[in-house]
Amino acid sequence: MSILIDADSTFIIQGITGREAVTMTRELLDYGARVVGGVTPGRKGRDVHGVPVEDTVRALTERMQVDGSIVAVPPAFAADAVLEAIEAGVKLIVVVTERIPRAQVARAIEYASQEGARIIGPNCLGVISPGKSKMGGIGGAADSTRRAFVPGVVGVMSRSGGMTTEIANALSEAGLGVSTAVSIGGDAMIGSTYAELMPLFEADEQTQGIAIYSEPGGPMEAQLAAHMAEHGSRLPVVAFMAGRFMDEMPGMRFGHAGTIVEGRADTTADKIARLEAAGIAVAERIEEIPALLRERIEGAD
Amino acid sequence: MRFYEHEAKDLLARHGVPLPQRRVALTPEDAATATSDLGGPVVLKSQVLSGGRMKAGGVRFADTPEEAAEAAEAILAIEINGLQPMGVLVEERGEVEQEYYAAVTWDAAVRRPVVIFSDMGGIDIEEVAEQHPEHLSRTHLSNLRPFSDFEAKLAVSRTGVTGNELNRLSRIVGALVQVFLAYDLTLAEINPIGRLAGGAFVALDSHVDMEEEARGTHARLLAGLGIPDEDTRQARPPTEFEIAGAQVDAADTRGVAGRVVEFGGNLGLIIGAGGGSLTLFDAVRGAGGDPANYCEIGGNPSVAKAAALTKLVMSKPGVEKIAVMMNVVSNTRVDIMARGVIKGVIEAGRDPAEAIAIFRIPGSWEDEGVKILERYGVEYVDRSVSMHEAAQRAVEKAAAGTGGG
Amino acid sequence: MAMFIRVDIDDSVQQDAGLRARLAEICPVDIFALEGERLETVESNLDECTICDLCIEAAGDAVRVVKLYEE
Repeated sequence: MSILIDADSTFIIQGITGREAVTMTRELLDYGARVVGGVTPGRKGRDVHGVPVEDTVRALTERMQVDGSIVAVPPAFAADAVLEAIEAGVKLIVVVTERIPRAQVARAIEYASQEGARIIGPNCLGVISPGKSKMGGIGGAADSTRRAFVPGVVGVMSRSGGMTTEIANALSEAGLGVSTAVSIGGDAMIGSTYAELMPLFEADEQTQGIAIYSEPGGPMEAQLAAHMAEHGSRLPVVAFMAGRFMDEMPGMRFGHAGTIVEGRADTTADKIARLEAAGIAVAERIEEIPALLRERIEGAD
Repeated sequence: MRFYEHEAKDLLARHGVPLPQRRVALTPEDAATATSDLGGPVVLKSQVLSGGRMKAGGVRFADTPEEAAEAAEAILAIEINGLQPMGVLVEERGEVEQEYYAAVTWDAAVRRPVVIFSDMGGIDIEEVAEQHPEHLSRTHLSNLRPFSDFEAKLAVSRTGVTGNELNRLSRIVGALVQVFLAYDLTLAEINPIGRLAGGAFVALDSHVDMEEEARGTHARLLAGLGIPDEDTRQARPPTEFEIAGAQVDAADTRGVAGRVVEFGGNLGLIIGAGGGSLTLFDAVRGAGGDPANYCEIGGNPSVAKAAALTKLVMSKPGVEKIAVMMNVVSNTRVDIMARGVIKGVIEAGRDPAEAIAIFRIPGSWEDEGVKILERYGVEYVDRSVSMHEAAQRAVEKAAAGTGGG
Repeated sequence: MAMFIRVDIDDSVQQDAGLRARLAEICPVDIFALEGERLETVESNLDECTICDLCIEAAGDAVRVVKLYEE
């Protein structure tokens, strides 16, 4: 098992002929992912590394099963691409694009929830179920992806794409490995938050613990803490909080768009307090995460 | 990005929100002229990108041009939360009978815009929410259905306001929603809306923030308001070093080498990317290090770009050593980064073996990168050494370097 | 001055207009430039070489990418 994607998941890439998307297509195919089609308006009939290109999402969904779509189109057209995928019946949409205006993201998220679809991102590197498939640029080339993401028991959720790989690598080196890792996106408004993904990990037999990477800004950590306090979890959760120095600099912007500290609840100090109160261990360093998880996983048996 | 009050009011005026007559004054003489133009008692307000103006003495009253000039002179001399005022807003002053609060912002938890309204304006809205919840309404808007006027009416009515006031306030709140939606704002606030003796309503103070990403979309509007591109509207104005960093990033579209923020320490940082930079900056400080700068490198920058940023950091007075560190990278190439930082150090007239305290970038093309690093005698570590351990090593070497010369 | 990469072009390439044009076109970092009847390397772009080998695939032994850090 794993969450969101497995070895059989079929997906398409919107914006497949873009420079970065061409590289990503190669890496995904090398990893064994089932990329069944691509969309770039006006490029119907071409192919990218053997993947057929169409003008519209519907042209693909009408003739094949499409479980998901990666949206890798420029910011001005990205929200439209997400709406197109949802309308065509695609249920999982990974939005790689950065700098999409917030109102457009909000509209796509509301439409997705109305149609029973799920959005991951925007401004993310995607999802990987190690050894099975990946959707997005996460991990990079197939061989480096295999090195950093060894199949295992820990679910990873991270607001930073790069740190998803760093944490997965630490878990892999420690012998725990990863069930599914989700780069949830660095923007203030994203399609799937920690709290919204928790029930999926809960239902996944392979997953025995959760590692999360957090940052200043936004209510996402408070939501997770509230979710854990209310529902509890069979899964031990260990969090790492970056950007502690930002507490001293309200109003300054560092890191992702979502990190700006606008109020007291946005600071790392407040977030750490809330997470700990909800029973979540907060690691001081990345390399502490595997041991903290192992203790808790073994303690729970 | 935050707008000055007078800019915020110009936006509101475009959408029909009633406002006091007003002028922006840059000098005490301007303020005196503005006051005689307005012809009556005025209020003068510091135009500064910070709250707490009243408490700091940035708001004063005047009845004559002479008093206004004096008040403006006093206000212009006051720095508020480390920020200089750009000028003074001179406004006609009427007798206010009651104050209201209205704001539109994103409720990040439900991912919809929310209209917040209260008939207890002018005071801290958090306090109203806690002490007098029945005087505050929260009305969420749909992202899919276009905004309609009844939603503004609902927001006002929920606090118990009715009669003629309901209709007048609803119009202001509706206009505020239009402003919020039209300009990709993250906050559109009027606090307070004043009901004047005689029954007229006016927006007395306003705070507006625009989403940073939307600056390009609204370039013409910003130009019209006289806001140049390099005006970052951060909590403090950019330093020369930071402006130079932004120029390095803008000069080459390949990859990102930006968000340079200046600090006063001796250890230069070439770090990436978004989350990695936050983690590494904490790690350096946690190890007792004193960073000279913050930055974010990612997305596979060119050799030229990495070199230019390195040269900039290396040339900063007081910087003896730099630490080159990232999380395990997916897209950025290790060998390209190795070439870039070595080139930048040499162009700054320094020896890479001495100046680079540590190189920790694990990932693609790592073996090729190692060949380059070894050729120049640069100390490097692979992924078996954590980000925090690498930072610790860099801090130790920086401390030793300062002591030993 | 390029510090890391040198690219040597054989005379045989200079005799072949088609190959010259192809090399100038395929390099992702614009190391080759057509100068009249000759193909030259662009000094400021040499260090940007990504070792993609597209030039070697096109020209075989007639183009050599030398890593100066291996010498």
